[in-house]
Amino acid sequence: MSKFRKKQNSELPAISTASLPDIVFMLLFFFMVATVMREDTLKIENNLPIADQTEKLDKKNLVMNIYAGKPSSRYAKNVGTQAKVQLNDKFADVKDIKSFILAERDAHREGEIPFLITALKVDGDTNMGLVGDIKKELREVQALKINYTTRQGNATDNRK
Amino acid sequence: MARRLAPEVNAGSMADIAFLLLIFFLVSTTIETDYGISRKLPPPENQEDKTFIKEKNLFQIEINQANRLFVEKKPIDLKELRAAAIAFLDNGGGDKEDSCSYCRGLKEATSSDNPTKAVISLINSRETSYATYVAVQNELVAAYTELRNREAIRLYNVSFIQMKEYVKDVNYSGDKLLLREQIHKILSMYPDQLSEAALNEEQSLNI
Repeated sequence: MSKFRKKQNSELPAISTASLPDIVFMLLFFFMVATVMREDTLKIENNLPIADQTEKLDKKNLVMNIYAGKPSSRYAKNVGTQAKVQLNDKFADVKDIKSFILAERDAHREGEIPFLITALKVDGDTNMGLVGDIKKELREVQALKINYTTRQGNATDNRK
Repeated sequence: MARRLAPEVNAGSMADIAFLLLIFFLVSTTIETDYGISRKLPPPENQEDKTFIKEKNLFQIEINQANRLFVEKKPIDLKELRAAAIAFLDNGGGDKEDSCSYCRGLKEATSSDNPTKAVISLINSRETSYATYVAVQNELVAAYTELRNREAIRLYNVSFIQMKEYVKDVNYSGDKLLLREQIHKILSMYPDQLSEAALNEEQSLNI
């Protein structure tokens, strides 16, 4: 009887939180492994268009990124709202693309140069005029392998 | 004596530290997109302007400033573009040396002779939005891929996409040289022939 009463009176045992760090560490390791640090700080809006016939860019060190789009709201005061090109961390002119490509080529070994790909990360709302100008510059500097970077999805959603 | 053990280290704050790190990585993570449509630009010399292309071998797509799509001057919906491009590429209306043994198209005299001769011309205005342009490019790539898949399955019993994945796969057990040859064969049956010449013309006028 006394045994029975004792059980009734006892409080709920506290839930052990000893395994909490383990769970958190597990999550932590997942994010540490999955994280890709962004190389460039984006100063433009970069809402990429959607496509489904895409290929994966495997070798990240062989990719040169050219960003384009409308400047983000906090830069709009200084540089206006017209779509701009961004190279590395700075706004740039279309004319700067040539020297950018040449500098990138200098940074790579000679054997790697034919495999360099230019990834155009252009905002979906950008006019094709700017993209055409970028492509013309790339052609002149013989950077002919390009990749229109997109999000995965149904291409017809682009028109919404 | 036995009672004098080293005091246990309080591990309660370990969770806090781990949380701090976790939150840092959560915030700094950007799921980087490295998928895209790969394209090759034509070399800077304007050689293509001199080559003569028959009118019927040319598939003219135009995107105007309002992002409307026109194929051979007729308005068309984006959803119909893929089928229209396939019908054009796979037409195979040529005879003698231009005939196409593997085409399954309608063989109309007004459409392309042979997929190797068929050229898709894409013209866009400077005000066309990039999203529309990419959507159109996507449909054109899809049209080529569909035809290549069909031929790859017919000849080698494996889809073209699958073949390309095998080439990249390090653990692929088969003969990679043969695989590359097969891919090359399929590509020569339906080569990418996209011309954006008009854009360049327009640009040279602007300068």
